[in-house]
Amino acid sequence: MPSLKELKDRIGSVKSTQKITKAKQMVAAAKLRRAQASAEAGRPYAERLSAVMASLAGKVSGDSAPKLLAGTGSDQRNLLVVVNTDKGLCGGLNSNLVKAAKAKAQELLAQGKSVEFYLVGKKGRAPLKREYANHITGGFDTSVVKTPGFEEADAIAAELIEMFEEGKFDVAHLIFPTFQSALVQNPTANQLIPVPSPEASDDGGAVVEYEPGEEEILEALLPRYVKTQVFTALLEREASEQGASMTAMDNATRNAGDLINKLTIQYNRSRQAAITTELIEIIAGAEAL
Amino acid sequence: MALHFELVTPAKLVRSEEVHMVVVPGAEGEFGVLEGHAPFMSTIDDGAVQVFKSAGGEPETINVKGGFAEVSENGITVLAEQVEG
Repeated sequence: MPSLKELKDRIGSVKSTQKITKAKQMVAAAKLRRAQASAEAGRPYAERLSAVMASLAGKVSGDSAPKLLAGTGSDQRNLLVVVNTDKGLCGGLNSNLVKAAKAKAQELLAQGKSVEFYLVGKKGRAPLKREYANHITGGFDTSVVKTPGFEEADAIAAELIEMFEEGKFDVAHLIFPTFQSALVQNPTANQLIPVPSPEASDDGGAVVEYEPGEEEILEALLPRYVKTQVFTALLEREASEQGASMTAMDNATRNAGDLINKLTIQYNRSRQAAITTELIEIIAGAEAL
Repeated sequence: MALHFELVTPAKLVRSEEVHMVVVPGAEGEFGVLEGHAPFMSTIDDGAVQVFKSAGGEPETINVKGGFAEVSENGITVLAEQVEG
């Protein structure tokens, strides 16, 4: 049985923890709204770009297709681009992502392919390093900026494309959380490079003129498409992080409240017991006289 | 007689409005787009997109960086990486 003072200290410490989790929850709720808004604001661009890609990719095919679209002709060397968050306190989000990345790596390794990792964000580094220490080729630190924007996506995509052009890998997969709601963020794996050929759309037979040429436009478009994919992943990550954080901190706050109630009852009981014992002692003493 | 003009960046939809004419700095020279333009697609250079709200009016210039323009029967869509001003 803990002493009264111990109980009191314990209650105090749980109370201050609750304060932290509550504050974090409110911050996350406010940030979530903003992150969600910017994720939605980014959608028109991605949609238009995909539409244009679809109509172009159908026209340029065969040998003339750029390398980013056609690939290297092999799928032996795989690169997993894992997008994790920089900060913790967001429940199982990062461990789920790492789990998904490991599952994908296992699957590829089982097929006799080689796997390398490119890590974005701080949180996935340690657990992946533990198991695949020799497979990590690089990473990008997004923790230096407050909210990663298009410049970061630009830098990441540029590095990836450079690695691809140097022939360091054949296929790149992007693993990132997709934000569905504050409760659900699913890790998703998408093929990033070579760019998966979109369904060729038939735009009503209208003859579109291209300037300079179809191939040149496609060549300019593909890196942009990769960039947009990375950017979308960053936006989704931002929204997911805040959503997961909000839910996790809400739970933590509630748990702390329950714990405080339990401890308070225990504290009051012990106090009552102490008083009763004292009274009994006094009465017994008086009777003995 | 109006042309639907949309300017989109990865961060947001900057413009979506009805205008008279848009002049875009294409990779092979500037080109103006009026309503009913034939379907057309071009990469664009860094430079100013001029938006004419009405015929003969003063153009509004928007500086864009990198991207491309698509003209379809629905109007013109400029996809730019960055927009200033």
